[in-house]
Amino acid sequence: MTTAPPPWNEDRARAIAGDHVAMPGGLLPALQAIQTEFGFVPKPAIAVLAHAFNLSRAEVYGVASFYHDLRLAGPPGRHVLKLCRAEACQAVGAERVADDAKARLKLDWGQTTGDGAWTLEPVYCLGLCANGPSGLIDGEPVARLDDAKLAGLIEGARR
Amino acid sequence: MTRARLSHDTVAIALGGKAVATALAEAGVAVVPVGSRGLLWLEPLLEIETAAGWQAFGPVEAADVPSILDAVKTGQGHARALGPIEDQPFLKAQTRLTFARCGIVDPSSLDDYAGQGGLEGLKRAIAIGPKAIRDAVMASGLRGRGGAGFPAAIKWNGAADAPGDVKYVVCNADEGDSGTFADRMLMEGDPFALIEGMTIAGIAVGATQGYVYVRSEYPLAIAALRRAIDVARGHGLLGTRVLGSDHAFDLEVRVGAGSYVCGEETALLESLEGRRGQVRAKPPLPVHAGLFGKPTVVNNVLTFAAAPTILARGGPAYRDFGMGRSRGTMPIQLAGDIKFGGLFETPFGITLGELVNDIGGGTRSGRPVRAVQVGGPLGAYFPPALFDTPFDYEAFTAKGGLIGHGGVVVFNDSVDMARMARFAMEFCAIESCGKCTPCRIGSVRGMETIDKILAGTDRAAQMALIRDLCDTMKSGSLCALGGFVPYPVLSAIDHFPEDFGPR
Repeated sequence: MTTAPPPWNEDRARAIAGDHVAMPGGLLPALQAIQTEFGFVPKPAIAVLAHAFNLSRAEVYGVASFYHDLRLAGPPGRHVLKLCRAEACQAVGAERVADDAKARLKLDWGQTTGDGAWTLEPVYCLGLCANGPSGLIDGEPVARLDDAKLAGLIEGARR
Repeated sequence: MTRARLSHDTVAIALGGKAVATALAEAGVAVVPVGSRGLLWLEPLLEIETAAGWQAFGPVEAADVPSILDAVKTGQGHARALGPIEDQPFLKAQTRLTFARCGIVDPSSLDDYAGQGGLEGLKRAIAIGPKAIRDAVMASGLRGRGGAGFPAAIKWNGAADAPGDVKYVVCNADEGDSGTFADRMLMEGDPFALIEGMTIAGIAVGATQGYVYVRSEYPLAIAALRRAIDVARGHGLLGTRVLGSDHAFDLEVRVGAGSYVCGEETALLESLEGRRGQVRAKPPLPVHAGLFGKPTVVNNVLTFAAAPTILARGGPAYRDFGMGRSRGTMPIQLAGDIKFGGLFETPFGITLGELVNDIGGGTRSGRPVRAVQVGGPLGAYFPPALFDTPFDYEAFTAKGGLIGHGGVVVFNDSVDMARMARFAMEFCAIESCGKCTPCRIGSVRGMETIDKILAGTDRAAQMALIRDLCDTMKSGSLCALGGFVPYPVLSAIDHFPEDFGPR
């Protein structure tokens, strides 16, 4: 179980921005640090970063919205299940595992359960291509997944 | 005290390696966490030093630990016992240059690295100077291992000859191709090889700062590399006086944010500069105007990691391996539905069939092999009829494919090739940077067209349309994402036409 991220705090966001301003190409690391702090990139953070980096809000939003890792809509569920959809995992039944996970969690890709417990996301390769199907549960790599193993892991994460 | 090595590669961790480490700690066995030997069906792999030498056990579960330790003590057999790992046919058949130390050395110990032949190349590089380093790399015939196969020395010479005081060395560790994991394994298991290689490149071109752009999907590789860089700084391998010489060089790790196209070198540079990872039009080439507009060498992890061997043994010794214009060794990755999957480093020239059937042992599922995708999501699908193709840049090009970063993904007879062709277009649509129209729009149109073929709507016309679209994408796209997605699509259509007929 991941701990809930702190609520929006503009001073904290300014401090994070300030830590990255002098870094060459620091905007992307700054956005990543904002997400690490708040669980996502809150809308007011865009303005804070734009001010700090002397960019327009559109430019900062453009960067934030380009990358799959960066969340703009809101924080993810308390648990995040990422399943690999790439070819090597497909070759050993990743689609079946994904269908099982969707049915078990009653979610489609990119959705979060109503109680905020689980978010299901696709990932395209974790470098576990000889041991698929693979995934990440709350950031921990898991391999050779099947329905039974996945059920155990989901149950284990709940506890 | 018993000495033991336990694999901490991501594969081992994903298969219960942490519990094995805990069980060994509870039993009072001090283990050295190492990378993977690359025999991935045996992970988590444990090696213990006994009176009869190092003995391997795998795949190990936490529950096996007490009985394994008993077996070691009493000298009796064990169901997980493998004998010396070097006797495994999968390892015996390899020529390990780049991966010689992976799985053996402690990835956070520079002493261990130096004790196994590390730093010899860099010492030689410092002794002979920039021009002679580039000449050695030229003589080795080393070509970029990221996929394009561009001669490394030509890039290095280009950046060295470009005017300007500030130059950069950038490592592309955005290993996004499905079926590839060699960069990840090396960064986790032998990160000093990459650090040494990049330092050699820095001296060769006159750069004092390097960046390693690692994808966020590789958290253990990022941690191992950052730890190794700290150790390297502490030991004077990196810093203002590299190994006491007059050369300065330092490294910084930057983490990607889940974008596949950032593995394209100009998109990677944009991302490093903190912008959207959109492809740049070439020219100017990165060696003339790359990172922050300065001359920049961008190479893959395996390209840099080959440099220490080349410098230590000399260019001709490396060039002696291989075939045709593909020189040296290639760390090939066997993946998908394969019995013996893993890292297989071998001189160029081995055939695809030898890799899949003899080395890989066929499928893990036991079903017949139907297709093999070589070179990642933008690589062609080959049927067993093409298994006599040797692993060589030009030989694969001649058969309408590419070797890319050396990933080989095996599919059994249950694969639906029309769905794989659709997935290639879907993936391109998801990952397109949006800069050029053939890729941005073409991938979506390609997906829709294959959907119509699958639904049987006006099939003949749609088949003609998809070929026409692929032609446009191939010649009109700005980079290899849109430009190469026709490889999997057209190879699926050409080699497996039955999957595109009425269903």
